[in-house]
Amino acid sequence: MTQVELSPAPRRFGETSRSDAWWAQPLAVFSGLSAFVVYSTWAAFQGTHYHFGPYLSPFYSPELFGDSPHALFGPKPGLWPSWLPFSPALLILWIPAGFRTTCYYYRGAYYKSFWADPVACAVGEPRKSYLGENSLPLILQNVHRYFLYLALVFLLVLAHDVWKALWFADAAGKMTFGIGVGTLVLAVNVVLLGGYTIGCHSLRHLVGGGLDEISCAPTCANAWRCVSCLNRRHMLWAWMSLFWVGFSDVYVRLCALGVWHDLRIV
Amino acid sequence: MSTATFRIWRGDAQGGEFREYPAEVSEGMVVLDALLQIQARHANDLACRWNCKAGKCGSCSAEVNGIPRLMCMTRLSQIPLDQPVTIEPLKAFPVVRDLATDLSWNYRVKKKIKPFKPRPPDAADGTWRMAQEDVDRVQEFRKCIECFLCQDVCHVLREHHQHEKFIGPRFLVYTAALEMHPLDTEDRLPELKQAHGVGLCNITKCCTKVCPEDITITDNAIIPLKERVVDEFYDPLGWLAKQARNALKR
Repeated sequence: MTQVELSPAPRRFGETSRSDAWWAQPLAVFSGLSAFVVYSTWAAFQGTHYHFGPYLSPFYSPELFGDSPHALFGPKPGLWPSWLPFSPALLILWIPAGFRTTCYYYRGAYYKSFWADPVACAVGEPRKSYLGENSLPLILQNVHRYFLYLALVFLLVLAHDVWKALWFADAAGKMTFGIGVGTLVLAVNVVLLGGYTIGCHSLRHLVGGGLDEISCAPTCANAWRCVSCLNRRHMLWAWMSLFWVGFSDVYVRLCALGVWHDLRIV
Repeated sequence: MSTATFRIWRGDAQGGEFREYPAEVSEGMVVLDALLQIQARHANDLACRWNCKAGKCGSCSAEVNGIPRLMCMTRLSQIPLDQPVTIEPLKAFPVVRDLATDLSWNYRVKKKIKPFKPRPPDAADGTWRMAQEDVDRVQEFRKCIECFLCQDVCHVLREHHQHEKFIGPRFLVYTAALEMHPLDTEDRLPELKQAHGVGLCNITKCCTKVCPEDITITDNAIIPLKERVVDEFYDPLGWLAKQARNALKR
């Protein structure tokens, strides 16, 4: 490629001729993501109050090992080192965290708001060197599709949690069908996470976007159109699902603590 | 009729300064109208490119209040006139004079991209058959008017001056139009990964925001190209699946 001689000196951080509030969006993203990371880390390390009746917090699902009736393989393994803090969430939370961290939308968002690379369009940057996603560590973002595969499995698990949240134990211990506000909270969570996960850019490519003659594969063409439809609002799905998954944990936690009382609708 | 002040960058490759000019503003005016008025009344030697005044030639690209825009498509009613309106040349390319920049790098880059290479004709008369659905997808990319606003706002070129390693959003769109074309048989993925630097794009979507043709540059061109590069170079399971499919075909 040919070199271009540019006369203007590199600009200082934040230097711009923009007169609008260019800082507002990166600040909002920084605040929103920081709040979520702080809360989810705190909640993940708690290891308690993550289930209430048939409800299981999505931060702890699937519960591989743990003390709740939702645990798939029983209590904490005896081999677990005593010095290492244990929480069922720590065993599985790296999957949704990895999916969101390597997501194309979030990448663009946190490069701007956390790395200031750039902090906003047409605004000066703090660093002069730039490697992009061409070398370590950011080249690892290419692993996104593998997190997608795992996230799709999580969707099924969370949908199964909603099914379980439809069955309540009565006084005699018999399971009866019912719908509580918690059931709806968990159901909305699956819908929003589904909209976000199924609208993923990698999925859009994998289901048909990688084909040049998509008309030769009608099933792929239909899948590509469906994913593209969700993908157009990927940012919206990303934020709504992020907020709601956090809220779902708050709901279950406050119910378990007795602060909120779950209302039975049916 | 009111008067607004325009702060216009005047200078050349050696340097320059902002100078303020008044312009009479009337309803329906765009920035280019004001600029031409200033050129006619106050600064006959002001250099700027313009041609169609309809957002189709891509000549009048500049930075209006710090945002890369087509001057002919930026209505004065869209920008605050109570403060001076700043007009600057594109930052990602060398200044020739005033608002005119040297865009020749873009044309040199374009020549380095492997051209369209169609498969053998489908019919005896030398013509091809394509499904409308397959062509629709690349049709969006052909709306590009080569105004180079996306190149200007891209921080890889604008801030980090990596012109020798990165072809920029405009030419990623151009490559996507070729790569996704149903008739094309050329493989541009090795170049995309290495010489054309698709990995340098960190998908901040600034290019999409400034595109006057509303091309969804990042989502529909750059990310699909990144995914194709992942298919080819970073996905071991995908590679195994591809080998298995090829073995079954044989």
